[in-house]
Amino acid sequence: MTQQPRIELSPKVSDEIRRTTCYMCACRCGINVHMKDGKVAYIEGNRDHPVNRGVLCAKGSAGIMQVNAPSRLRKPLRRVGPRGSGEFREISWDEAISTAVGWLNELHETAPHKLAFFTGRDQSQSFTSFWAQNFGTPNYAAHGGFCSVNMAAAGIYTMGGAFWEFGQPDWEHTKLFMLFGVAEDHDSNPIKMGIGQIKKRGARVIGVNPIRSGYNAVADDWVGITPGTDGLFVLSLIHVLMKAGKIDLDYLSRYTNAPVLVNAADGPDKGLLLRDENGKELVIDRVTGKLTPFDQPGVRPDLSATYEKDGVTHRPVFHHMAERYLSEEYTPEAVADRCGIPASRIRAIAAELARVAFDEAFTIEREWTDFRGETHKTMTGRPVSFHAMRGISAHANGFQTCRAIHVLQILLGTVEVPGGFRFKPPYPKPVAAHPTPHGQGRPGRPLDGPHLGFPRGPQDLQIDDKGNALRIDKAFTWENPMSVHGLMHMVISNAYAGTPYKIDTLFMYMANMSWNSTMNTKGVIEMLTARNDDGGYVIPRIIYSDAYSSEMVAYADLILPDTTYLERHDCISLLDRPICEADAAADAIRWPVVEPDRDVRGFQSVLIELANRMQLPGFTNEDGTPKWKDYADYIVNHERKPGIGPLAGFRGENGDQQGRGAPNPDQLDRYIENGGFYISHIPEGADYYKPWNKAYQDWAVDLGLYDSPQPYLFQLYVEPMRRFQLAAEGHGERQPPDNLRDRIREKLDPLPIWYETDQTGNDGFTVNALTQRPMAMYHSWGSQNAWLRQLHGRNPLYVPTKLMREHGLKDGDWARVTSPHGEIVVPVMEMAALNENTVWTWNAIGKRKGAWALQPDAPEATKGFLLNHLIHELLPPKGDGLRWANSDPITGQAAWFDLKVKIEKAANPDDRAECEPVFDPIKSPVGTGPKDLAWKVGK
Amino acid sequence: MTQLPQSTQRKLGLVIDLDTCVGCHACVISCKGWNTENYGAPLSDQDAYGADPSGTFLNRVHSYEVQPEQGAAQLVHFPKSCLHCEDAPCVTVCPTGASYKRAEDGIVLVNESDCIGCGLCAWSCPYGAREMDMAEGVMKKCTLCIDRIYNENLPEIDRIPSCVRTCPAGARHFGDLADPESDVSKLVAERGGMDLMPEMGTKPVNKYLPPRPKDRIEDQVDVLAPLLAPVAEEPQGFLGWLDKALDKLPGGRA
Amino acid sequence: MHPAPSVIIFTTLSGLGFGMLFFLGLGYPAVSGMTAFALFAIAFGLSVAGLVASTFHLGHPERAWKAFTQWRSSWLSREGWCAVAALVVMGLYAIGMIFLDQRWQALGLIGAVFSIGTVFTTSMIYTQLKSIPRWNTALTPPMFLSISLAGGALMCGQVRAALVLLLIAALVQLAYWHQGDRALAASGTDLGTATGLGPRGKVRAFEPPHTGTNYLLREFVHVVGRKHARKLRVIAFLLAFVLPIALLLLPFNHVFALLAALSHVAGVAASRWLFFAQAEHVVGLYYGKRQT
Ligand SMILES: Nc1nc2c(c(=O)[nH]1)N[C@H]1C(S)=C(S)[C@@H](COP(=O)(O)OP(=O)(O)OC[C@H]3O[C@@H](n4cnc5c(=O)[nH]c(N)nc54)[C@H](O)[C@@H]3O)O[C@H]1N2
Ligand SMILES: Nc1nc2c(c(=O)[nH]1)N[C@H]1C(S)=C(S)[C@@H](COP(=O)(O)OP(=O)(O)OC[C@H]3O[C@@H](n4cnc5c(=O)[nH]c(N)nc54)[C@H](O)[C@@H]3O)O[C@H]1N2
Ligand code: SF4
Ligand code: SF4
Ligand code: SF4
Ligand code: SF4
Ligand code: SF4
Ligand SMILES: [Mo]
Repeated sequence: MTQQPRIELSPKVSDEIRRTTCYMCACRCGINVHMKDGKVAYIEGNRDHPVNRGVLCAKGSAGIMQVNAPSRLRKPLRRVGPRGSGEFREISWDEAISTAVGWLNELHETAPHKLAFFTGRDQSQSFTSFWAQNFGTPNYAAHGGFCSVNMAAAGIYTMGGAFWEFGQPDWEHTKLFMLFGVAEDHDSNPIKMGIGQIKKRGARVIGVNPIRSGYNAVADDWVGITPGTDGLFVLSLIHVLMKAGKIDLDYLSRYTNAPVLVNAADGPDKGLLLRDENGKELVIDRVTGKLTPFDQPGVRPDLSATYEKDGVTHRPVFHHMAERYLSEEYTPEAVADRCGIPASRIRAIAAELARVAFDEAFTIEREWTDFRGETHKTMTGRPVSFHAMRGISAHANGFQTCRAIHVLQILLGTVEVPGGFRFKPPYPKPVAAHPTPHGQGRPGRPLDGPHLGFPRGPQDLQIDDKGNALRIDKAFTWENPMSVHGLMHMVISNAYAGTPYKIDTLFMYMANMSWNSTMNTKGVIEMLTARNDDGGYVIPRIIYSDAYSSEMVAYADLILPDTTYLERHDCISLLDRPICEADAAADAIRWPVVEPDRDVRGFQSVLIELANRMQLPGFTNEDGTPKWKDYADYIVNHERKPGIGPLAGFRGENGDQQGRGAPNPDQLDRYIENGGFYISHIPEGADYYKPWNKAYQDWAVDLGLYDSPQPYLFQLYVEPMRRFQLAAEGHGERQPPDNLRDRIREKLDPLPIWYETDQTGNDGFTVNALTQRPMAMYHSWGSQNAWLRQLHGRNPLYVPTKLMREHGLKDGDWARVTSPHGEIVVPVMEMAALNENTVWTWNAIGKRKGAWALQPDAPEATKGFLLNHLIHELLPPKGDGLRWANSDPITGQAAWFDLKVKIEKAANPDDRAECEPVFDPIKSPVGTGPKDLAWKVGK
Repeated sequence: MTQLPQSTQRKLGLVIDLDTCVGCHACVISCKGWNTENYGAPLSDQDAYGADPSGTFLNRVHSYEVQPEQGAAQLVHFPKSCLHCEDAPCVTVCPTGASYKRAEDGIVLVNESDCIGCGLCAWSCPYGAREMDMAEGVMKKCTLCIDRIYNENLPEIDRIPSCVRTCPAGARHFGDLADPESDVSKLVAERGGMDLMPEMGTKPVNKYLPPRPKDRIEDQVDVLAPLLAPVAEEPQGFLGWLDKALDKLPGGRA
Repeated sequence: MHPAPSVIIFTTLSGLGFGMLFFLGLGYPAVSGMTAFALFAIAFGLSVAGLVASTFHLGHPERAWKAFTQWRSSWLSREGWCAVAALVVMGLYAIGMIFLDQRWQALGLIGAVFSIGTVFTTSMIYTQLKSIPRWNTALTPPMFLSISLAGGALMCGQVRAALVLLLIAALVQLAYWHQGDRALAASGTDLGTATGLGPRGKVRAFEPPHTGTNYLLREFVHVVGRKHARKLRVIAFLLAFVLPIALLLLPFNHVFALLAALSHVAGVAASRWLFFAQAEHVVGLYYGKRQT
């Protein structure tokens, strides 16, 4: 035998590792960027990082193809052709900034509300909102309104924290994990790590999802539910569990408002909670039998006792719950057909929940003291955990459904206990610790508070005396009173319609609003390009910041090209959406690990420059000089409150303080040395029962998360909702318009209900149509990535076996898919592991010809498609002269997944070349990418 | 070098858990990243931004639907790379000796400077684990990250394949399958690790852990039924039960 | 398998060329001078053209010499040796026949063995591949050999031998097709064994690992319509065997002989196209391309 070749087993891996934070999605994992010759050679996960502990998803590893993507914008652009043509002239930054200042300064001084500033899924919302606040416009929000506001709102109103990235299962201890409506989620890597971890232990995973892919494919049990019926399913579980007495009475009485008395006296307070003169909720103490504030030392709130006064019997919340949920309408038999789940299965799941929560309960020897001063020697684990996301939220009953899920968790006593669901700092944070919304814009002056907040009742609506919306998106109006994230999906259509008023400039950042992030794509394109009689555009000016040549670029008048994530400073702040774990507070930065090779600037720094040029208050010192020269300067030196700034780590002049402390000029360097993040662990004993745990509350105050301890009760009964109902019943000064009274009375029920979403105009459209996020793609940006686009270069419509047969379809056939709003023609593929009345496709794979530096015949543009053409931001007319929003009536959350369609065969595989609708190509401001790639940085 | 070693001291390979793989493609891209920058020629892509993009990958994730006789169809994500077969036909067919199996650890490699790009080894591999690189004209395949697993420039904990290090779900395991005491061997024994196409006689080193049984929650109904015995049929009765139950709690009246 | 022109040309022409050399080596026909030159030129031309064609699909033809190193295990390497040996030996033998009017019988015999050995080793390259059940059968070498010999006889004007050999080749071809159509099923390999999921239920390929194509799909997953294949088989069979036999049965005529040879070559090329295009590589199972 000849000699085996000798190979180099220990080649040099790189010259240097630069540790920063991934931004290929909002999960924000830590990355080790291996550099060779000053170039990015290889990206891997950072093992020390709290989020991903070394692992990295496909997008994260493909970052190298993103930083080098040919679609990157190169220079500021000024539109020269008509909107939508894609014809631009490259301009200097001087010209770009002066142009923007020219447009904006006048608005700032005369009519700030004529600027609508909306951002996409960026991670600097505390900064962008600060900018907008100081500009003085009421018209600011990020994308939450069309994304997942139902989850955030329902979670925070119910338990002071939400699923999403604000909490996580106790992966270490949980034995039953139930997942509702999730394909991927923001917490991408942690969910995968968690599922892997619990499967290793042999714990059970139940996936509730019409589609059995991804996480649901590895679930031990699959519940292929009919879309939009989760609320009913969950209320049925609640019915069965309550009936069997399988609920955690001790937990309910101590930590929730189940024992709080509900005012039963007719009048303006009916249905509100009884409170003492300090506003504390009142309960009956089971020990003394007396009426008492809930939080007094030694009090054992009674779940059962009622309170008689003036001949009226005030009953605790729990009585109301028993009355409602024990009713026959929630028996498994009553809901089975509707939900598409056999009654036997519902019972089996309920029984398994009960078994694991109670029979597998365990104790941890860990002492802690609650807010009543009682010390507990141990912690009781109930190893059942839930997680839910857009499959719940993107329906018009999503808020109440999410509430129902939280109520179920709470009834089982599984929130903030070992083995259950745990919050991540700065959560838990009750509504009381959140601001209310502010929207009174005044020329030249900042808003008096943040735009977005949590309304406590009608008094917090953002409407004028006549009931007109103060905000362009009509957030916080009677149509969607609790729209805590705004309604980005209504901005363009309202601005186009001039209701509630006309605006002058639409300023957007990082949102592909002319394509995949909008409903009614074609309609929105028309609105963006619509002209007045005088030939001017109906939306006069559009400024947009993107890093890449996306579809939206063509619709702006001025483009501010951003850097990529490896080329700029960013701050993932505790003031915002940090990277915390249930055990620790953590925040992170990005820093320029490579210098941009194009004439582009970090958008946040550009905002600071704009603010400085306009001398916006908040950005300007008394003497008129700017406070910060760029974003890095702001990150280090801005103080929200004395001692509290965007970053919590390495504060104080010597960098030895955390949470609170003077700005540290070396802070960014310290972060870089530390791997790009900072972490502060919650002490043992403070790590569970956080809302009620003294040690946690004190720790949170020390860190600056709260100003003072904020213990609170979980709100099974959400009183602010009752306040809106009371208004609808005729009480109070602020009254809803008559056409909304019934809806508010019905839908804003303070205890979770389930209702069928509005099916106006859906006659004959019987098939549910959904989208899912592909794990390896991030919305529209994945397609410009040479590696990722090979995985998902086009998307078929997946059709269940039964519908394939019914419509005579074969794999690769083309089908015409119609909704009350529109029509698309797309290729189909059979899927068996799918709810038999649901079709679906991957989200945001379809691309416009000319975008993303792809060749016009790229499969994304010919055989990729969007479901968005079938979805309208308004429901079909009901004949009442109004067009109702396709949104949750409580939060305004866009109801993407309420879509109903019908399908029919359109052509054989070879008889068509392209999906419909077909759009004209846009001219690419960056040309197209090279033909072949063989990317190697080192020799 | 085309002859196979009689036996190898170690059998390094992967164990892939089909019960936990969520099909995220992280391993695919991490592999592409590492192996583009490291061993041999970069993994190239043709028509990278065009109508028919197609590049070299050493690891790809399929997905299959399984329809059991009873119950709902299941979906299984299925990553596949070279299985480093003991009886690797890809080695013996190679006319140049470029393909070889290492005597010390069983890793099957292509020595790119000897490869004439005839493609025969890829023909012989039943698993589709080899891909010709169109830019370089040489055969590419999973190297088991040989330039990582022994690499002294990497911290010891990182001396594992790139795909294993990156897998978020922990569905990929690396180790010595010749050592019955290794973690991977134990996993294979515990979970009934299986060979792909055993009838091909290739004796793959990589093993697959089958998905656990699914959709069995209703099978437990009899055991679980007592848990759901109603405490009362009516809301009124429920409140009566509640009162009694509260008495039994610590601090209750009883 | 992808029916690449290079491999079709290679197997067709070199099969024919080495078939001729086989007969020439045995002294049929025993020619000399210009006639010998012409026949040898054709035989060498075909063999060498085939071999050259076979290098077209190489990624690195300049390293082709390395292919001689692995004769101990690799049929491709052995084929290389055989081919070179055949060409060298037959070259010397040809020199004797053409220029010296010498027929070195022993040399011819050795050359003939190497020549037919080349065809055999070629056939073994395909036969050895378990991954392609249609090829992985004892009939593959007889198929290659019988066609090569029949073609050689035909080209060398050995009418009687050609008649017999064409008949045999035709029968082998029919058997080969018959068996080939059942080979994948008979191999016991299916998506169930490929994924190991077979015992759990019926396995169906769902999403491929990528939406575009790749080397494997281009190289190994070629799907020929059943009707199309049947038509081509009829054509191949008529051209490769029936027509040549018919022409040979007619009174001898150079035009007929030429036509018979051309027809045969065209038929064999069609048969070879089918040989590749219809060969189901089991990797296709993973891509859901082999389901019935
Ligand atoms: N049918 C259907 N439609 C949906 C959904 C659905 O489920 N189904 N989901 C909805 C949801 S939840 C969301 S969040 C939206 C998401 O929709 P979008 O927020 O529009 O998502 P992207 O396509 O990622 O677009 C963001 C833009 O940011 C740009 N960008 C990327 N990186 C940077 C950067 O570093 N700087 C700057 N300035 N720009 C950058 C990208 O180029 C892109 O143009 O889609 C919504 N649309
Ligand atoms: N890789 C990747 N990660 C991402 C993103 C991305 O684009 N790519 N986008 C990020 C963004 S902006 C968001 S908002 C999150 C969203 O993350 P997810 O919440 O995972 O959102 P979707 O992918 O829309 O998945 C919704 C799921 O709900 C299911 N579903 C739909 N209707 C129902 C229903 O009525 N009941 C139940 N039970 N299930 C239902 C669908 O089948 C689907 O599986 O992901 C974030 N993470
Ligand atoms: S999940 Fe993936 S894309 Fe998102 S931050 Fe983490 S590594 Fe990056
Ligand atoms: S990285 Fe892990 S979970 Fe993801 S596809 Fe690969 S093996 Fe499966
Ligand atoms: S999997 Fe294929 S390439 Fe790898 S050793 Fe086995 S036969 Fe060779
Ligand atoms: S392609 Fe290269 S490695 Fe494969 S058989 Fe041919 S020479 Fe050997
Ligand atoms: S071991 Fe290395 S080369 Fe092989 S699949 Fe994994 S990452 Fe790729
Ligand atoms: Mo989102």
